Amino acid sequence: MTEFKKPIVGDRPAFDAEAEPFIDIQGVGKKFGVFTAIDDISLKIYKGELFSLLGGSGCGKTTLLRILAGFEKPSKGRVIIDGTDVTDMPPYERPVNMMFQSYALFPHMTVEKNVAYGLHRDGVSKVETRERVADMLALVEMSDFAKRKPNQLSGGQKQRVALARSLVKRPKVLLLDEPLGALDKRLREHTQFELMNIQDKLGITFVVVTHDQEEAMTLSSRIAVMDKGNVIQVGTPSDIYESPETKFTAEFIGSINMFDCHVKESGRDHLVAHCGALAQDFYLDRGVAVKEARQLWLAVRPEKIQISRQSTVENGVNELPAFIHDIAYMGTHTIYRIRLANGQILQATTPNLRRSSEGERNLTWEDAVFVSWEPSSMVVLMK
Amino acid sequence: MKKRSTFLLSVLVFGFAFLYVPILSLIFYSFNSSRLATIWGGFSVKWYGELFQNDLIINAALLSFRIAAVSATFSVILGVLAGLALSRFGRFRGRLAFTGMITAPLVMPEVITGLSLLLLFVSMEDLVGWPNGRGVTTITIAHITFSMAYVAIIVQSALSGMEENLEEAAMDLGGKPLRVLWDITLPLLMPAMIAGWLLSFTMSLDDLVIASFVSGPGSSTLPMVIFSKVKLGVTPDINALATLIILAVALGVICAGLIMRHQARQKYRL
Repeated sequence: MTEFKKPIVGDRPAFDAEAEPFIDIQGVGKKFGVFTAIDDISLKIYKGELFSLLGGSGCGKTTLLRILAGFEKPSKGRVIIDGTDVTDMPPYERPVNMMFQSYALFPHMTVEKNVAYGLHRDGVSKVETRERVADMLALVEMSDFAKRKPNQLSGGQKQRVALARSLVKRPKVLLLDEPLGALDKRLREHTQFELMNIQDKLGITFVVVTHDQEEAMTLSSRIAVMDKGNVIQVGTPSDIYESPETKFTAEFIGSINMFDCHVKESGRDHLVAHCGALAQDFYLDRGVAVKEARQLWLAVRPEKIQISRQSTVENGVNELPAFIHDIAYMGTHTIYRIRLANGQILQATTPNLRRSSEGERNLTWEDAVFVSWEPSSMVVLMK
Repeated sequence: MKKRSTFLLSVLVFGFAFLYVPILSLIFYSFNSSRLATIWGGFSVKWYGELFQNDLIINAALLSFRIAAVSATFSVILGVLAGLALSRFGRFRGRLAFTGMITAPLVMPEVITGLSLLLLFVSMEDLVGWPNGRGVTTITIAHITFSMAYVAIIVQSALSGMEENLEEAAMDLGGKPLRVLWDITLPLLMPAMIAGWLLSFTMSLDDLVIASFVSGPGSSTLPMVIFSKVKLGVTPDINALATLIILAVALGVICAGLIMRHQARQKYRL
């Protein structure tokens, strides 16, 4: 077994390993004057994917999307879409459409005319235009609003029209800039699933820009995590969540608890690391290619942590005595903030599997407990 | 209801008086039968009749309206182009100089503008033989020169207030740049263009100083005629003319207001 080699994740979609990349971004960089928006990005996106560019503000994700749309010319590198080099192609010739964050609906045209605009520009016949516009409006359930002007629509309705307008030309790639950003929470959840359904139905490749990790997790087939103009990690949502490669990715997606350790024992099939601040050894049941005494982070996600009143693990492997510091009841689950011996606060979440009955004594503030986790639950992050 | 303070009320009354008493007195005296403009001699509409007999004034008024309409139209065309260049072309060679020249007529004293245009026309006539003498053409050109600056500023501010992505969206949907200008930018600029046209029209109609510099024989605009008549003493037929112009302007403003209210209602009706 090649335990030391990480499986290659994030370079090819799981569903079609043989596929040619549909969008091939080759060493693209973009500078605005002295400011580097994109440093050097290479990405392969496959046909039918719903690919997310995820990152904080100023990470270059929107610039990359605008390069794909043709609004910005990259300072270096090439962009290839479906075998054609589109790097120098103006936006109106690209087989790509974009849904803007602000929706950018033409305020002086009705919903119908907005959707038909792209078809008119392509010289599609009147009859066909009418048909395709009607089909698209039916798909986004906006048929009843065809004669309205954009300023007579709500945010969610505008978003549907914008989606219809960008899909009606049957682009090879649809670019979406923060598609759910302007919607309230309930509408977001609804729209999220709807977007996935539409993508499924039409088979168009979607590239989504978002700063919202939850949105990226639920929507995407794969995610590229970006920071400071570079791609930090590419992978499926579960790759990114369960096997983050860097501290940045681990902390950007979800919550995580970190322990500052050094390697005590590095074997082929296990790793023992010592955390000085806690005077505690941690045991990992897989090998990692590191030398002894190497400094690293051991990380564990909150939901992987078990809390119990008594010690449950033999020999105290990956188990720590602690106190309940704070409790936040969230309905579906409870978040515990747990104080360790050295004062470090851990976050642990436990699902509320049963309704709490009165006889049961729940954990409460300042209770002495043990926290533990499986040897496989930890992630190693290099310093 | 809270009692209104007498101070605020008197300020309001004073403000309205300040704005409207001169106009009202002008309208009032246009119905004066006395030849002396400041002495009330009984009600009469004879000055309106006399106004329409006065070919000098009628012709000057028609000329002024014609110059105003032509110069406003050209100002809008050139002003829109200048505004587009300022806010959509990004940085280009000589942008700073261009911005300066566009805004120069806004801050330049009219005498200077008039004088420099006169010198230009005279030396052009010497060099290329055009314009042949001074008259309607030179007045129109002069008016375009300064009105265009106002239009450019209005258009530029309308463009910077326009949602940026609209033009990009149109381009993304397959519109070539000129097509996008025609389909998206110009329709959305329509209010700014109308405002610019009206402003140019008014300023052209109003201008005395520049027109005096660049006019020639037989091309006296209305302000020039009125001004020269006033020097010989105000006659009530000018009051009558002013009343008619005020009436026209008031009607225009009321219509514009009604249209805007109608549009606003449509906008918020769901």
